[in-house]
Amino acid sequence: MGKLFDKLNSDVRFVEGISGCINCGTCTAICPAAEVYNYEPRNIANLVQTRDDSVIEELLKSDTIWYCGECMSCKTRCPRNNAPGLIIQALRKLSIETGLFVESEKGRQQLNLKRMIGNTILESGYCVHFDHLLLDVFPEQGPIWQWVRDNRDTVLKKVGANYNSNGPGAMRVVSKENLDELYKIFEVTGGIDFFDKIEKFSAAKAKELNKEIGDSTNKSSEYFSEAYTVNSINKHKR
Amino acid sequence: MIKDGKKKIWDDYQKEIADDKFYYVRSCIRQTLWPGSENTYLRVIRDVLGKEIYESENHTTCTGIGYHSEVVPFETIQTVVARNFSLMKEAGYENYNPSCVTSFGIYTEILETWHHFPDEKKKVISFLKQATNREFVEPKNLAHTSDVIFKFRDEIAAKAKYKLINKETGKPLKVVDHIGCHYAKMFPNKGVGGAEYPQVLAGLVEAFGGEVIDYPERRHCCGFGFRQYLVKANRGYSISASKKKFESMEPFKPDFIITNCPGCNYFMDRWQYALSEMEHKTYDEDGYGIPVLTYEEVAGLVSGFDPWEMGMQMHQVDVEPLLKKIGVEYDPSQKFKGANGEDLPLPEKPNHINFSV
Repeated sequence: MGKLFDKLNSDVRFVEGISGCINCGTCTAICPAAEVYNYEPRNIANLVQTRDDSVIEELLKSDTIWYCGECMSCKTRCPRNNAPGLIIQALRKLSIETGLFVESEKGRQQLNLKRMIGNTILESGYCVHFDHLLLDVFPEQGPIWQWVRDNRDTVLKKVGANYNSNGPGAMRVVSKENLDELYKIFEVTGGIDFFDKIEKFSAAKAKELNKEIGDSTNKSSEYFSEAYTVNSINKHKR
Repeated sequence: MIKDGKKKIWDDYQKEIADDKFYYVRSCIRQTLWPGSENTYLRVIRDVLGKEIYESENHTTCTGIGYHSEVVPFETIQTVVARNFSLMKEAGYENYNPSCVTSFGIYTEILETWHHFPDEKKKVISFLKQATNREFVEPKNLAHTSDVIFKFRDEIAAKAKYKLINKETGKPLKVVDHIGCHYAKMFPNKGVGGAEYPQVLAGLVEAFGGEVIDYPERRHCCGFGFRQYLVKANRGYSISASKKKFESMEPFKPDFIITNCPGCNYFMDRWQYALSEMEHKTYDEDGYGIPVLTYEEVAGLVSGFDPWEMGMQMHQVDVEPLLKKIGVEYDPSQKFKGANGEDLPLPEKPNHINFSV
């Protein structure tokens, strides 16, 4: 047993996620990610069961652990009540803690997710905010969304929302007092530290690749844009 | 749908759902994409059912999308959830009633974690105290908002103005029920009807007069996959999953899709539009696509609510063909009017899917 395995095993999700895989492949058969990516949840369970740090390190550096969509379909069907999706969550956490996520194309997308979702949580109290859902980033929103956006004050009022206003209601402003408490929770529980690690390791990788990364709010730098849009499909597909 | 076996499963998977005094917690996705549905839920609970439901302005996101995108650690989300529970207690309520399926899964997972891993709970009690000085509490009852509508489905049906029946043919409408993965796939005994053949929406559809379609990919994910949609480079994963479902349901000619997860509702609506643009293909016979409705919209429609006040004009797959099938009395000229009935510029028509403007 090695140090990386010990760290994995200290995560309750890992403990809950695996208790003796019989390698039946049911998880792979049901997995939406396995349909489109070069990915087998069965293999993930196999590899972590080796308890071999060199094997685990390879996983932490790989694209493989970033293919799962965390739908947890595997949990329902596993005859041994394992959950490869939970193993993946523990592996991803460790990949970020160790900085190895920047070694894979899919892992480097954590910077996108931190700056898009993570920053939004602390700034607004929402994971997803109406003001950020723009058609150039989400073109599948379609012309109806553009219409909603163009006429947002009156359309959102018509459907009973309290858009960007105080008090209860859909799309309300989360007050500064509540945002301060949320920030304090992130500070005390390691959430801010986790954000900082994603930024720090990404910045080091950007420097190594000689790419501009911008400050912790930047969403248009070369490193950010490449991580957000490049898909080396021949490498990832089934 | 062949129901013999499913009735047995449904008997095995029933859950306790509070019957009054709900503490309502909004969903980041539902209030952003389907704000009218959240308002409709409150109207159904208060005006149709006469129940008490309270909403605090102080709760924040549960951070679930951040958690499942691996930017929020488990300790952090557990403590955010503990704060939201604590706010419920401070407001004098015990029945936690989240609108979001991702959140419902998060709350369920965290309550189970605290039960099975007491050290995690101890850590969170300490974190909560340190960060907020609030009191740790667990809800007496946790029920998703679709659970509550399910519980009172017969009461809503008894007062309903419309049924899910084709006005012209007199036949039940054929309905695809799509349940968000995190409703019950992780903890089947926390969902009405379990994970394999959930009853939570099937029960609604039947109570309102419709007929549920059982199709091969019924339990396949809509394709959100968190990072698989949020990052543009990965979106092939997302649209592929939805496409697989549309192809599987198409031969059964559904009149509409009903969902209990706001994300699923979004993906199944918008990916039909995207597929029409990419492949010039719709999955119905008339080129309009298959309307995708939230369960709140369905409950509101049968109760006689105005579709445009419920926000049904915010769907990219047009709902008007369905309204006509049911025989809903509505004013098409109000569809794209503002809150005071003022004229607004009309939305652009999509290129390859019919859309009434």
